Amino acid sequence: MRQFSDSAWKQVILVCGASSIVILLLIIIFTLREGLPAFTEIGFFKFISGTTWKVANDDYGILSFIVGSIYVTALALVMSVPLGVFCAIFLAEVAPNWMRQIVRPAVELLVGIPSVVYGLVGLLLLVPQISKLGGSGDSILAAAIVLTVMVLPTIISVSEDSIRSVPRVYKEGSLALGATQWQTIWHVMLPAARSGILAAVVLGMGRAIGETMAMIMVIGNSIKIPVSPLDPARTMTGSLALEINYATGLHWNALFACGVVLLIFILALNSIAMVLRGRTQQ
Amino acid sequence: MRLSPPVTQKMAWAACWAAAFFAIAALLTIIIYVFARGVGEIGWAFLSTDPIGGLSGQGGIRSAIVGTIYIVVLTLAMAAPLGIGAGIYLAEYAGDNWFTRIVRWVIETLAGVPSIVFGLFGFALFVIALNLSFCILAGALTLACLVLPTIIRTTEEAIKAVPQGHREGSLALGATKWQTIRHVVLPAAMPGIVTAIILAIGRSVEETACLYVTMGGSANMPITPLDNGRTLSLHLFYLAMNTNAMEKALATGVMLIIIIVIINAITRWLSSRWMIRMQGRV
Repeated sequence: MRQFSDSAWKQVILVCGASSIVILLLIIIFTLREGLPAFTEIGFFKFISGTTWKVANDDYGILSFIVGSIYVTALALVMSVPLGVFCAIFLAEVAPNWMRQIVRPAVELLVGIPSVVYGLVGLLLLVPQISKLGGSGDSILAAAIVLTVMVLPTIISVSEDSIRSVPRVYKEGSLALGATQWQTIWHVMLPAARSGILAAVVLGMGRAIGETMAMIMVIGNSIKIPVSPLDPARTMTGSLALEINYATGLHWNALFACGVVLLIFILALNSIAMVLRGRTQQ
Repeated sequence: MRLSPPVTQKMAWAACWAAAFFAIAALLTIIIYVFARGVGEIGWAFLSTDPIGGLSGQGGIRSAIVGTIYIVVLTLAMAAPLGIGAGIYLAEYAGDNWFTRIVRWVIETLAGVPSIVFGLFGFALFVIALNLSFCILAGALTLACLVLPTIIRTTEEAIKAVPQGHREGSLALGATKWQTIRHVVLPAAMPGIVTAIILAIGRSVEETACLYVTMGGSANMPITPLDNGRTLSLHLFYLAMNTNAMEKALATGVMLIIIIVIINAITRWLSSRWMIRMQGRV
């Protein structure tokens, strides 16, 4: 009896394990299968370099979405990386204990706030202010500011971990040689934590590219290659969310193909982050 | 001009404090703004009436609350057993070979895939191919796929953290492998597994993109899981984009923030409680 239940449970666990893995593989295969017809019919290069997206003409090019996604992400990172890294240095090395106990839970809570709430606050607080600078206010800039706050927790927590994992002797050695605390942090600890901080940036980038609802709410969703940060734009994720429910035929395949391009981006970023983190552990 | 090291250090400290204040200020701005404008709407009438839906901002959030509960319960009912099973499998039964390495890589990657890509998959498979049409069940199935990688990973890590000596002791006493897992390993790994589940609950409450394309978004009270419905996050999105009822959108945001704060508090409380219990017993 004992032996029976042992092997029975092993089977149950095996089935759970196998089915989860099958489901996860299915997602990748499914997205590829539905997207491939668009690549073969339109041509991969033409699809990603085409600047028009006209459902009525069955003409699909996603360059404006790619530019939109990258523009927003880059602008958000320009703001969030310095903020995040300084905040991480603060938490790891500078902050007095009481301050740490305020900042940590605050950062944790920032992770938990739903993206639609970020979008809503961006829509009501930022967009009217930005419209005073010109344009309608629904813009790359608004989206980038919202994203800055959204990716900040990722950058802070991963960078803090990597700064903390720098061996103590590095720090002590530098201080013993007469370097100031900041010289030690800047010239010794940050270079030592470099891979981890880069991993933090790459993970933040992944989060930014994947964000959907908050972007739809503040970016204006226009299909045109944006030039100024005050221009409206559209991200790859936003196009998927806005159009998939009524898509048929080639439009359907084109959206899945856009999902494949998004997957490629994420895959590349994740692989880079994995390599960087592996390097930190050594 | 070169600044002297003490001056540079002062400036750097100021930058660190400024970055930390920015993080706190961002959080406070969001919370104070949402509460100040939203909390006035909340009352019994708001909680106990259904929204009208469409372009009307009238009504409360009753059906959205029910939709959220449905989604959380169904998602967990599907994802928790599978994910925990897969986690146990990977940690206890699977060896370290090329196959399990690929599986781990797939899981790691899918944990970073944007929610809208899961939405695309869920829409194509559950809504269209399996002919469920837009409904709560389709949303929950999609969301279950989304939280699965996180549950698997967190469970696996929690189980791997159990010291090898525990297992060897139990096996040496004549317990079978499953008895060892059931009575020794799982209880020790429980705080990690519970944390995985609570993280999944939080994710289900805040997730919007993958539900936006699978649930339908009807404002009517859902009766069965096969009904079209919306969650609180989705409700907030519809209000913000389709209506002028911004106060009601913010009030929904207040509800979401309260739920997230409670979930965060439970996670902390549980993990500290288990920590004490584990230290007492082992």
